[in-house]
Amino acid sequence: MSHIKKDKTRETPAVSTASLPDIVFMLLFFFMVATTMREVELKVGVSKPQATEVQKLERKDLVTYIYIGEPRNTAQFGTEPRIQLDDQLASVGDVQSFVVLSREDINEAERDQMTVSIKADGEVKMGLISDIKQELRKAQALKINYSTIPVTDRDQMIENNL
Amino acid sequence: MARKKREIAEINAGSMADIAFLLLIFFLVTTTMDIDKGLNRQLPPIEEEPREDEAKIKQKNIFMVVVNANNDLLVEEEYMELSELREAAKTFVDNNGNGKCEVCQGPQDPESSDSPAKAIISISSDRGTSYKTYVTVTNELVAAYNELRNDLADRLWGKQYDPKDPTKYLTEDQIDYLKEIYPQIISEAEPVQIGG
Repeated sequence: MSHIKKDKTRETPAVSTASLPDIVFMLLFFFMVATTMREVELKVGVSKPQATEVQKLERKDLVTYIYIGEPRNTAQFGTEPRIQLDDQLASVGDVQSFVVLSREDINEAERDQMTVSIKADGEVKMGLISDIKQELRKAQALKINYSTIPVTDRDQMIENNL
Repeated sequence: MARKKREIAEINAGSMADIAFLLLIFFLVTTTMDIDKGLNRQLPPIEEEPREDEAKIKQKNIFMVVVNANNDLLVEEEYMELSELREAAKTFVDNNGNGKCEVCQGPQDPESSDSPAKAIISISSDRGTSYKTYVTVTNELVAAYNELRNDLADRLWGKQYDPKDPTKYLTEDQIDYLKEIYPQIISEAEPVQIGG
């Protein structure tokens, strides 16, 4: 009769951590690709309105941003909505030259595709926005985008925007 | 004297994970997944002299939307709730007053727009109108066109028109056709003081 020897103690083999760096690297590459470092420090508070019919802004290199909202530093700049171009507060009169200058950075063949993204706070009055739109027309920057928070529910959007 | 072959010391890869973790955490912290989405609009170019054909546009082909400083909506000189705007705009655009649009399903009211191609929606706002109301109004009007295009795509080909990614279900030709039937003509008038 054969005698089956029992193992003395069955040890669970250690989980190999050799592939851990690979996994971590994979995550790392994902975040590196997905990252867009914020280029400007916001000096105005912007809580964007909501909309349902949004479109993605493609080609970030062709987009110029204009921020409009109440200054964060109210002690120094007051509470009246202001315009931020790049990283400083500006007035309506500066918009045209700013847009013309940022168009210079785009390569010549694609200049007509430049989009100006208006990131304005929902509480800003249309007077200021239309002044800016007027400046954009003067600068021949006719493609604009009202930056919004995308939502799918329409009733919720109307409720939140009123 | 015989020299022993010197072996190249193996690099210890044990700390590789730590290094990668460090980088990972850095990118995790600095990441702002900035998805930029919004309503695309086209501004009219500045014209030196007023256009001559402006007078030729019939009054019935213009859908006037006025938003005053209290964020109230006046559509075709009547007060309207924001939630009704989309339907009203759809009815106006799809009206097909001259009966030339074969794929439209509008009521063919002679007092309303002739055809979707001639229908113009005009938004005017007051300087005191709040931006979010204006965006909502624009959104509803864009939505009206998108729904009309979607309905038409559904009737003709049984497919969906997805404004976020039109080529998802439709071919380029089909999209061009939809845009030809329902061109989006939304005019943004310069703001005035309407009072209020």
